[in-house]
Amino acid sequence: MQASLGPRAAAPAFASALARILRVGSGAGSVSKEVWNLAAFDEMMGLNARVRAPYVELSRWLAATPVELRNSRKAQAELVFRRIGITFAVYGSEESSERLIPFDILPRIIARSEWTVLEKGLTQRVTALNRLLQDLYGDAEIVKAGVIPADLIYQNPAFRPEMKGRRPPHGVYVHIAGVDLVRTGENEFYVLEDNARTPSGVSYMLENREVMIRLFPELVARHRIAPIDNYTDRLLSTLRSVAPQAAGPDPTIVVLTPGLYNSAYYEHSFLADKLGVELVEGRDLIVRDDIVYMRTTEGFKRVDVIYRRIDDDFLDPLAFRPDSTLGVAGLMGAYQMGNVTLANAVGTGVADDKAIYSYIPEAIRFYLGENPLLNNVPTLRCREPDALKQTLDRLDELVVKEVNGSGGYGMLVGPRSTKAQIDDFAAKLKAHPERYISQPTLALSTCPISVDSGIAPRHVDLRPFVLNGANGVSIVPGGLTRVALKEGSLVVNSSQGGGTKDTWVLDDATVEGGI
Amino acid sequence: MLSRTADNLFWLARYLERADHLARLIVATRRLAALPKAYGGQQSEWESVLESAGAIESFKDSGLAASEADATEFLAFSPDNPSSIRNCIELARTNARSVRTALTAEMWEAVNSGYLELRAIEAVADPDDRLGRMIDLARRVSLAYDGGADRTMLRNDAFFFSRLGLFVERADNTARLLDVKYHVLLPEKEAVGGSLDYFQWAAILRAVSANTAYHWVYRQALRPWLVADLLVLKREMPRSLISCCENVVLNLDRLARSHGKQGAAQREARSVLGRLETMTMDRMIQGGLHEFLESFLNDNNRIGGIVAEQYLFA
Repeated sequence: MQASLGPRAAAPAFASALARILRVGSGAGSVSKEVWNLAAFDEMMGLNARVRAPYVELSRWLAATPVELRNSRKAQAELVFRRIGITFAVYGSEESSERLIPFDILPRIIARSEWTVLEKGLTQRVTALNRLLQDLYGDAEIVKAGVIPADLIYQNPAFRPEMKGRRPPHGVYVHIAGVDLVRTGENEFYVLEDNARTPSGVSYMLENREVMIRLFPELVARHRIAPIDNYTDRLLSTLRSVAPQAAGPDPTIVVLTPGLYNSAYYEHSFLADKLGVELVEGRDLIVRDDIVYMRTTEGFKRVDVIYRRIDDDFLDPLAFRPDSTLGVAGLMGAYQMGNVTLANAVGTGVADDKAIYSYIPEAIRFYLGENPLLNNVPTLRCREPDALKQTLDRLDELVVKEVNGSGGYGMLVGPRSTKAQIDDFAAKLKAHPERYISQPTLALSTCPISVDSGIAPRHVDLRPFVLNGANGVSIVPGGLTRVALKEGSLVVNSSQGGGTKDTWVLDDATVEGGI
Repeated sequence: MLSRTADNLFWLARYLERADHLARLIVATRRLAALPKAYGGQQSEWESVLESAGAIESFKDSGLAASEADATEFLAFSPDNPSSIRNCIELARTNARSVRTALTAEMWEAVNSGYLELRAIEAVADPDDRLGRMIDLARRVSLAYDGGADRTMLRNDAFFFSRLGLFVERADNTARLLDVKYHVLLPEKEAVGGSLDYFQWAAILRAVSANTAYHWVYRQALRPWLVADLLVLKREMPRSLISCCENVVLNLDRLARSHGKQGAAQREARSVLGRLETMTMDRMIQGGLHEFLESFLNDNNRIGGIVAEQYLFA
């Protein structure tokens, strides 16, 4: 497995083949002068310089559409986004406190046969994550069996002892997961992260599709694209299915936001709107006798299900951080009494933690008796002596991460570090091996994006949104594709120059043939 | 609906109405202040405008002179003036963002694109050009927002609270404008054969877009007590106190119907309307126009307070 993740040999004549394709027809865009990254698998061009089947129609359209037209539609798309206010806040920069996430007009395309595999793998993974949480907050069999070390769970800051012995309705902890996938080859997908707390980005997935339909009707019409606009209906059914029993047949659901200065505020209001439920802030809610009410113009109204977009720490100043003004005093009490459902449940962070990540394939085997359908990135746990030795031996080629770090802090990227930096890091690693994991550097796949002079390949990832309710798991086809817009960059985060693309899952029948 | 949403809609409508009023006030006053002294033009006009806009205290604190340049800058652009047009539009936008789900796409676009344009206007270097664009913007945004509300909103709580804010604010604006100028509206001030105050009256009418309306209603030259009559007691005049008050009652009644219960706000609004309906110009002037306006301003404010209490805004 390790070998398949390393850099690849350049495919001969790749760039010239691409150029040939794109010059078909008049006014075609040309390949950007930037060097096509030959080390990575390109989702349009594969590795053998032949347009892959799902991209055949798109490449024909590219060849036939003048680059000026694409550029002008791209400008229109930005205008649409700006006018409807799809922005995200950037903390600490007054000048540009509301920015657009750049949108690339070329869709990322996945064949139905590829998606079916991903869908099964995601369903399996999220089912296992949920079983893991049931177990960790229940009898902790997986710890007793010695599969996961006890200290990784009980000393984990994301573990919530308040949840021990309390089972949310239908045993559902992770109602909404955003599992980050990366691709490295024709049939090689890896799970990079399980986001089981309050994953965001689904509004971009939905709005990107709307914008594509509006701006490129002729391109959309040439494809059979699996629809995604039923996502919010499915989300609503999921939330309704987990209401407390006492709520009756028509539970009151709300979306809880930290407020309009939160970076994902647009998404919160978008979802409340599409769900047809109130968007509340902490100050709109009040807890009396362990029952949650919202303050309405017709008096206090009981709330049954809260789709909360606030982290555990800020939910309830009485239970967690006392300085939080975003939450609701007494909410945790009402939750523990079973009078209100929180989605996601409190304490799910322990399942998507970096330290736990490497144990998820084992959790899948432990709970489901199945082999994992989606790969983890091979991970060496430095707490294990063998793994530590391997890591130390190959520091120059590995990525070493601190298990409790985030946002790239406390991280060593071997291939991009100096000898001195590596030696320095080795000392830290030896002093506290339990704080680190190491992974090979991945050659993320690329997709073409539209640039002023034509098209150019950029690295992408994929975040499908997985819903999990009383009636099982459901996933709308595709997800949010994030793309690193800077040449050569692997960083897809919106705060660091990442953009998004529409993601199409196509029925295979329409994509036969090739060029 | 959420009380916070109702509160936001109420204030969103108020801020846009205020921005529009300020814009008209600035236009009317510029015209008046530009007249030769013999016709009533004087620099002190700007002081009374600042007073009627409720901004005189913060203006004095800022240490600016009551010159046209300073006053218009303060009224239109100053971030330090809580009621400047700029702040009104920004606050309206902030309120709109927090109640996006209660707004239709048209209403949101009116406020949001207005705000984006505001940012561009603030960057214009030439002060006259900048002011002209700002005045135009304030009028357009309130028109687009109102039109959007009227044409696209469901007739439910959101609409009623929005209209309520609009009319409470409009009543407040008209009453303040009259109160600052009440001395020129008293009959004994009228001089035979044309008054120095003639242009003052015209300016008042212009500030509420009622210059033409006056002539349609009274079919005679400007008389100060008729100007007051038009702006206080004429139901046909959309900015008159009685018209605003009627609309406040109407929207509170719609709310009461939709909630199935009347409350203190409905009762209070009806009694204020009752007092206006039985009022005559003569009695108003006998009792003191200033006193009358002051007591109306208090009544109007009280209605706002009772609405907040009754619908859990606090």
